[in-house]
Amino acid sequence: MGAKTLYEKIWDAHVVRQEEGTALLYIDRHLIHEVTSPQAFEGLRLSGRKPWRPENSLAVPDHNVPTKDRDQGIADPISRLQVETLDRNCAEFGITELPMHDPRQGIVHVIGPEQGFTLPGTTIVCGDSHTSTHGAFGALAFGIGTSEVEHVLATQCLLQRKSKTLLIQVEGTLGEGVTAKDLILAIIGTIGTAGGTGFVIEFGGPAVQALSMEGRMTLCNMAIEAGARAGLVGVDEKTIEYLRGRPFAPQRAAFEQAAKYWRTLVSDPDAQFDQVVRLDAATIAPQVTWGTSPEMVVPIHGAVPDPRAEADPVRAASFQRALDYMDLQPGTPMTAIPLDRVFIGSCTNGRIEDLRAAAAVVRGQRVADRIRQALVVPGSGLVKAQAEAEGLDQIFREAGFEWRDPGCSMCLAMNADRLEPGERCASTSNRNFEGRQGQGGRTHLVSPAMAAAAAIAGHFVDLRTG
Amino acid sequence: MEKFQRFTGKVCPLDRANVDTDAIIPKQFLKSIQRTGFGPYLFDEWRYLDRGEPGMDCTHRPKNPNFVLNDPRYAGASILLTRENFGCGSSREHAPWALMDYGFRVLLAPSFADIFFNNCFKNGLLPIVLDSTTIDHLFQEATGEQALEITVDLLAQTLTTGSGEVLSFLVDPFRKHCLLEGLDEIGLTLQHAEAIRAYEQRRRAEAPWLFRATGR
Repeated sequence: MGAKTLYEKIWDAHVVRQEEGTALLYIDRHLIHEVTSPQAFEGLRLSGRKPWRPENSLAVPDHNVPTKDRDQGIADPISRLQVETLDRNCAEFGITELPMHDPRQGIVHVIGPEQGFTLPGTTIVCGDSHTSTHGAFGALAFGIGTSEVEHVLATQCLLQRKSKTLLIQVEGTLGEGVTAKDLILAIIGTIGTAGGTGFVIEFGGPAVQALSMEGRMTLCNMAIEAGARAGLVGVDEKTIEYLRGRPFAPQRAAFEQAAKYWRTLVSDPDAQFDQVVRLDAATIAPQVTWGTSPEMVVPIHGAVPDPRAEADPVRAASFQRALDYMDLQPGTPMTAIPLDRVFIGSCTNGRIEDLRAAAAVVRGQRVADRIRQALVVPGSGLVKAQAEAEGLDQIFREAGFEWRDPGCSMCLAMNADRLEPGERCASTSNRNFEGRQGQGGRTHLVSPAMAAAAAIAGHFVDLRTG
Repeated sequence: MEKFQRFTGKVCPLDRANVDTDAIIPKQFLKSIQRTGFGPYLFDEWRYLDRGEPGMDCTHRPKNPNFVLNDPRYAGASILLTRENFGCGSSREHAPWALMDYGFRVLLAPSFADIFFNNCFKNGLLPIVLDSTTIDHLFQEATGEQALEITVDLLAQTLTTGSGEVLSFLVDPFRKHCLLEGLDEIGLTLQHAEAIRAYEQRRRAEAPWLFRATGR
């Protein structure tokens, strides 16, 4: 048998049936949230079908949940109905749910790993594009639509075509103040938002190995913003230690048995990738997006680009549209852009390490007067509790941040947390699309430490130089 | 799923790259627990001048005269011509639902985002990839005084323009078969229930920890 990439190893272990061009792939883990599941459950009801293996699904409401005054319920009746519909569907179909008032509730991609539901070598799907997050554990994890949610519920399988493989090899060491978020933004800036289309990306090299599990999750989370089907990082001892003792992970002897297998979940040294991109971590500075696509990104010491410098007319037009929407002038230094709001949270950067990094910048300082709102939204109830045990909530509160309950919040503004038209936000989320954080809102994607520094200064700053 | 065989329709040219699913159907409309009713809110932020909310009657909302969907030439269009990476962003199937509900049956672009592309086929919406030169040419044809009409023949894998020009396109054979017949993929998969059970049995012996994930 020839050398295999990690992707090929996981793929081969999950083929139920090979057909011409496509394979019926077994799905080990299915995460469910309230937005993309109601029509799938309704489909099951209409066709009289039952979930094939309900115990391998885990559900949580996250997109619509309020991040404050949660004891008063959800004010918006349409949001409330969607969350209640999830509760009802899980009860009816026998699916484990961490409901809104459960202390473990949180963003689906934060709780999966936190609960040990996410395991190496598994196939994991969710009706959510950021399912790629779980690839940090050496799992093949990807987002699906609602029809496929129904398909997985009914059959525990999906029809899949094999993707091509792209290795992104990051040599060297990330500099001080440069994080996994900056790395993934720099990668997307290099290969583009369609650069990964048709591929599964494996992130490798010393700079990736040096990342914590939280950092690897941030990296894989945004593989989808590069257009990839999934992101992957090979398993190492960090992966295994992160999972030890987690409630849904195997325990004791079963854990050791699993861990033995997990240690094989790396690409073989002589495995062939369809494409390889190499980056030097040392050349990467903290990143800030300037436009309305994650590929519209520059280093913090850079400036807003000039569309007239773009040779491709389609690209030049989209640059110009982005500048008009963002109300920015070419040549403006990124550090000169004033901000109205700051959002720290999301499935990209709502984990404990992210909150620690932001708190370290904020400690003893005050949010600038011009900032109308600075929000910290922990990724889960357990992240929130951990942060409070470490006193991080106090640091944020004393600085003038609002300390909220867990959920997707202002990453996509389906709940009450949103930008007003024209407001400009430094956000640790994953998408700077038009209207993403509220109609007319302007989003700049940054790391948690960069968002924290921007909240203090009222504009972007290079936190390496102050 | 509705069958897709042969179809003739008017082309609406949306000259933008990287049109994301947040633009196709903004998040506030995702709160619906239905599969239908998204058409009036398709491209809501570009199409109207006010802020759209779920349940709004759109007939009297102020329309953006500069948005191509509001151009009278393209009223009733059912083929959307657009640029690369159409449908990037979230996995929301509400995006193809909204396009279908508005009346689109065919999308033409140099490339589509992965999840969106999959979602289209599950709903009888046909995304066709054409090379950039052909797309540029179709944009020229579609932006004249008269809207361009195209006949799409899925069986023959051809597009025929109003002037009689015939272009061929590629489509995955299995997806083509499902669209032509309007097949239920879940039903097809369940025909292999025995193979799924056999897989599970084998896998349970190799990796017992994979089962009973939530301890139920």
